[in-house]
Amino acid sequence: MARINSVAELEELRKGILSKIEPDKPCIAICAGIACLGLGNDRVISAFEEEIRKQSLETKVDIRATGCHGFCEKGPIVVIYPEEICYLEVTPEDVPEIITQTVVGKKVIDRLIYTDPNTGAKAVHQFEIPFYKNQSRLLIGNNPKINPKSIEDYLAIGGYSALAKALFAMNPEQVLEEIKKANLRGRGGGGFPAGSKWETTRNAPGEEKYVIVNAHEGEPGAFMDRALFTGNPHLVLEGLIIGAYTIGSHQGFIYTRHDTPQLRENIDIALSEAKEYGLLGKNILGSGFNFNVEVHLDVGIFVSGESSALMRSIEGKAPEPRPKYIRTSVSGIWNKPSNLNNVETWANVPQIINNGSKWYSSIGTERSKGTKLISLSGNICNTGVVEVPMGTSLKEIIYNFGGGIPNGKKLKAVHFGGPMGGSIPESLIDSPLDFDVLSKLGTSLGAGDMLVLDEDNCMVEVARYFLDFLSGESCGKCVPCREGIRQMLKILTDITDGKGKEGDIELLEEIAGVVGEAALCSLGRSVPKPLLSMLKYFRDEYEAHIKDKRCPALFCKELKKGEL
Amino acid sequence: MSEIILQIDGREVAAESGMTVLEAAQGAGISIPTLCHHEILEPYGACRLCTVEAEVRGRTKLVASCLYPVEKDLIVRTRSEKVDKIRKMILELLLAHAPEARELQGLAQEYGADKNRFEKEPSFCIHCGLCVRYCAEVKKKHAIEFVDKGTKREISFIPEIASKECWNCKECFPLCPTEALQAAFVLTKELAFFSLSSEPVPAE
Ligand SMILES: Cc1cc2nc3c(=O)[nH]c(=O)nc-3n(C[C@H](O)[C@H](O)[C@H](O)COP(=O)(O)O)c2cc1C
Ligand code: SF4
Ligand code: FES
Repeated sequence: MARINSVAELEELRKGILSKIEPDKPCIAICAGIACLGLGNDRVISAFEEEIRKQSLETKVDIRATGCHGFCEKGPIVVIYPEEICYLEVTPEDVPEIITQTVVGKKVIDRLIYTDPNTGAKAVHQFEIPFYKNQSRLLIGNNPKINPKSIEDYLAIGGYSALAKALFAMNPEQVLEEIKKANLRGRGGGGFPAGSKWETTRNAPGEEKYVIVNAHEGEPGAFMDRALFTGNPHLVLEGLIIGAYTIGSHQGFIYTRHDTPQLRENIDIALSEAKEYGLLGKNILGSGFNFNVEVHLDVGIFVSGESSALMRSIEGKAPEPRPKYIRTSVSGIWNKPSNLNNVETWANVPQIINNGSKWYSSIGTERSKGTKLISLSGNICNTGVVEVPMGTSLKEIIYNFGGGIPNGKKLKAVHFGGPMGGSIPESLIDSPLDFDVLSKLGTSLGAGDMLVLDEDNCMVEVARYFLDFLSGESCGKCVPCREGIRQMLKILTDITDGKGKEGDIELLEEIAGVVGEAALCSLGRSVPKPLLSMLKYFRDEYEAHIKDKRCPALFCKELKKGEL
Repeated sequence: MSEIILQIDGREVAAESGMTVLEAAQGAGISIPTLCHHEILEPYGACRLCTVEAEVRGRTKLVASCLYPVEKDLIVRTRSEKVDKIRKMILELLLAHAPEARELQGLAQEYGADKNRFEKEPSFCIHCGLCVRYCAEVKKKHAIEFVDKGTKREISFIPEIASKECWNCKECFPLCPTEALQAAFVLTKELAFFSLSSEPVPAE
């Protein structure tokens, strides 16, 4: 493929790709996302390949291995185009029947479509399934239509048109203005306005500037960045190139996990394809703008997702955070201005440029705009990736998309943001998905990982679990964080072991206060958050453990005995 | 170098741009306790004992003075109820590891820190990093490093380097505020040095 040298050539290419697509030709889209992979989708894919060969349908049927469809609970998922028939929990044994009955015979196989466990109602198409219905899948909705290893699939759905628009119809100031007006807030946890961060880096002194994708995603229970980036790498890349143009950067970095080979492979392919097509490298689309991207792998420690630690890691040093008395936007990698954004933040950029800030800011709440990807996990019927407009109530997420709590159990709490987040009780689930509302309640949207907890969860144990996680995942450099975690963990372990003492809660609060204020980085400063939120809403559970030697959730083994 | 006037504990203090609050305070004879700071080494910011209140444009925050750069109109309070509370807790947390360290005991008295607040877990090292940084920054040998992460972080002599470099140096020993370094050295020596180099390099 020759490189593209102008917008006209890009549109020409797109037309060519679209003209090759036969709308009536059957295409089998099989989810090859990480969850479905775990459920054996590779065997399903091979079975389809084999069956198509067997029935000599190679020229009549297309196969597409795609990124995550979101409904991970019911994987492996298969969607058959053009009818968009959606089959769930498909096994290799189902494959010959699917080919004969559905692909060739155009008949729906009843047992493979969605059946509502409560009403018995059936749904043939993806969009009719309650999990998908009423989601706003602006970012992840294209996953089933794309083979992440093929730039042509991305171009076919209009990919890189935002880049063309930014480069040729807008100057960097105008792009910046659009991002600021859209009020795009960072999706990596802090909710910091992307536009003002871009502006700081843009205005910082120095010729050389860097832009970075934070694809570390180390929080337990967070998997939406991986789903989005693995499934649609060009979307993130397009956002990054637009950001680089706006900020005046010619070098970008993707910081991602070493333990997700599929993600790495798709990123590498996307980068090399984009380069081949002239969308990356020298003189992008003939605009005169140059930009390169390098991939860096993490060293497998949670704290390396923190911005200054991440930048150190890119420099080749140990990922230890530094205090941000000078912001990384001004002095980051090799002390050069460096703008870091999360995967999902970058992925939002193309649609803002294509549709305008007015359109974008019409979605969401007053101060939290756009849609948000949520990784739903824990005690919920439908584990998976959900995308909803900001402002959607937690209740809707849990019951409409998540399908409620399994096994007839009662909902107890919702925990956001993993080990740096907080829990809120069932009584507050009418709250909207909103950065500021959630943080006022003592939790935070975090990266969007929503852990649903039912009545069998012990809130002392949950706090202990997060501290235990952090005891191995902080860098261990500063005293309040390292020693504070050590002591808080000890006290909580004692409490769950039935050895809690009068005064433990007060001591926990005292340590938490010091750690939260004196630690070096935001990991340390967030360490106390889960605990403090639980002491706010579930203090009686802590007291029951200490005073009555009783675990109300009947979870803690040592304490259960007394109960029986 | 332009001069910057800031206020520390109610006094006007002149400093040069690029200086830290700790340096400015020391220059004016105001003492701020530190454990991980040493003037010949790069600022590190690990012990957080030097935490002070910094007021910028009406907003107060807690910062590590050994790293925080001076700026115009900055108001610094080196002692306050909050600062003292933090220092007391930091000392108590460290005393669980090195209850006998003289430097800690002196400070414990000043801040009313109880050395029995937390269960003893003597490992002696308080992770100030003075030895590690001295070896890396001054001697450029990296014979001693921090290994592991989180609560498992500890110092370790790198036997291959230490067996060659440490016999005649030991310059980091007097920097250690506890006895950790000597203990670690002896231990490493027992375990690893001899197998690597049977003969100690003779002293000059
Ligand atoms: C300990 C720690 C871990 C973090 N891990 C991630 C991560 O995995 N991915 C991410 O995007 N942000 C992570 N962050 C937040 C980043 O430091 C940073 O704020 C973010 O990447 C900025 O992007 P945004 O403005 O687009 O949200 C982490 C922060 C801390 C303190
Ligand atoms: S051994 Fe001594 S000097 Fe080295 S880090 Fe530990 S306490 Fe500091
Ligand atoms: S002297 Fe400032 S943190 Fe140790």
